[in-house]
This record gives sequence, C-alpha cells and structure tokens, in this order.
Amino acid sequence: MSTLLKYTLRIADNSLILGQRMAEWCSKGPTLEEDIAMSNIALDLFGQANGFLEYASKIDGQKTADDLAFKRDASNFYNFCLVEVENGHFGNTMIRSLLFDTFYLLFYKELSKSQDENLSALAFKSLKEIKYHFRHSQNWIIRLGDGTKESNKKVQESLNNLWKYTDEFFEIDNVDQIMIDQKIGVNTSLLKKEWTEIIESTINEAKLIKPSTIKMITGGRDGKHSNKLSSLLKEMQYLPRKYPNAKW
Amino acid sequence: MTYKSDIWEVFIQSKNGLAHKHVGNVHASDKKMALDNARDLYTRRNEGSCIWVVKTSHIVSSESEDSESFFDPANDKVYRHPTFYKMPDGAKHI
Repeated sequence: MSTLLKYTLRIADNSLILGQRMAEWCSKGPTLEEDIAMSNIALDLFGQANGFLEYASKIDGQKTADDLAFKRDASNFYNFCLVEVENGHFGNTMIRSLLFDTFYLLFYKELSKSQDENLSALAFKSLKEIKYHFRHSQNWIIRLGDGTKESNKKVQESLNNLWKYTDEFFEIDNVDQIMIDQKIGVNTSLLKKEWTEIIESTINEAKLIKPSTIKMITGGRDGKHSNKLSSLLKEMQYLPRKYPNAKW
Repeated sequence: MTYKSDIWEVFIQSKNGLAHKHVGNVHASDKKMALDNARDLYTRRNEGSCIWVVKTSHIVSSESEDSESFFDPANDKVYRHPTFYKMPDGAKHI
C-alpha cells in the first residue's frame, strides 16, 4: 500500500467510524432537537469520509470508495481507537466528540495547507463543519460539567475513561514522517500544545478536572482495534456484504 | 432522560437586509443551545444568513378576544390604504 493511500485512509476512517457511532444515536437522542443535531453531525462525517475515500480510491486505482468503506475488515481500518469507543450515555458521547473535534479542528486547519491539492481542498471543506461540531460538543461539556452534581460526575468519569486514547492523535510514525517531509501531511506532534490548551480551558470552564497521565492506548492507526470495531463494522457492512450487488 | 427546557421561537433572515421571518420553535435550556438547535433544525439547507431565537414566554401577543377592537376599525377607513394613487407604469413591486 502506498504511503499516501494509508495516510488518506487514516483520515477517512476516523470520519467514517465516528459517523457510524453518531448515527447510532438516530431515534435515540435525549431530545428531538439533539437527535437531529447528532444525525446532522453523522451526515457531515459521512460526507467527509466519502470525499477522502473517493480520493483513496483514485490513489488505489482498483477499489471504489464503497469497496473501501464496506469491504475491509477491522484490521484494515486505520482510525483512532477513540472513535470506535461505544457511545455510552450522552455525556460520554460528547466527551469523545470534544476530544476528537478539538484535534480535528487543528488538524484540518493544517491539512488545508497541504501541498497535495486534493487533501487540502477536502480539509478546507471539512473545516467549516468541524468548527460547528466542536462548538456543539464544547457547549455540551460546559453545560453538563457545570450542570448538576450528577451530570458533572458522569462526564468526569467519561473524561477519565477516554483520556487514555488521546495520545494517539499526536503520534508520528513512518507514514506521517514521509508525508511531512513531502509537505503533504501534518506534523501532529506540534498540535499537542494547542490541543491541550483548548481542552484545559474547556474543562476548567466546565468545572471538570484534567485526568492525570495514565497508560495510553494506541495502535488504531495500524489496524490494531478493540473487538468493538468488528461489531460496528458487522452492522455497517451488513447490507453490501450480504447482497454484494444491491443498488440504491 | 428528562430535563427542564423552555420553548424558543426561531426567526431566520434569509438574506442580508431582509426582515427575519418566523419559522417555528425549538426546545432548549439555555440561549446557546437554542441557537444551536435552531441552526440544526431550520438552516441545514442554506436557508439563512442570520438566526434570532426568542424565548416564547418573552413574546407579548394580542389575545383573540381583542381582535375586534384591534383590527376591525381599519375596515371602513379606506383612506388608510393608498388605493387612490395612480401608479406610474414603470413602478414595480408595489
């Protein structure tokens, strides 16, 4: 697999898997308004995933974007471990979104300056959407953290639980290094400072406490996933796998 | 899940310079949430350039029993309508 293909799939897979998780809220949201908000966010993420997968398909030369979405196994998905984490309660979903949205906001800003025109155009387009997602998750965490005793306790627990997945955002491996050298990819290790500042100021405002450093979990970007991703894919890929020629 | 929420009326301005138009309402427990919900429910297809949200309880409305005294007196005062002016041919949208 070419370096550019893997790099593009990593970006696409984050949006695709998080989109699928957000879509699981559809018809189960805490209120009608929030149900629609989360479905909208899911649709934004699918749109982003589609753009990056179309580009990946072009690089690949054989597989279509649909093949890439629906015919890969978990070990060939390269998303962050964070985005495959199950939704849990609403506050848990919002903590997961806040951690991810904050990172992707910074990531897309940098990627929109990429020397690769396709990646920069896709990032530029996605940036507007992620700005809104960030605003949505940030508002909710401030509201829930600085809400009742119970809501504060619940989101604090989620923050403590999900913190271990955040180091993966800033890892630089061989693929990243080659892309950075070619001025195509983003040096995410340089984004950690700003990410931490935004998260810290948000959790301060939300009257939450920053979790202490714990053992981090990574590996998603190389296809090492929890079995939760397989269950997610089983549902997401059911139709195209069962009826390979189905059209809609 | 239940939580306390108010109803907010939503007004969308479709283009700069035009009046905001009432489009419906949303539930929300604070003003940021009201604005976000309004955006998600009413402007997903490029409908607007600006959104106002106003708590329904803050709107003062006339009552239906007042409608006679409020509106009927205008009926027999034709001179309040500019129907006696001749419009020049070139004037449109009047």
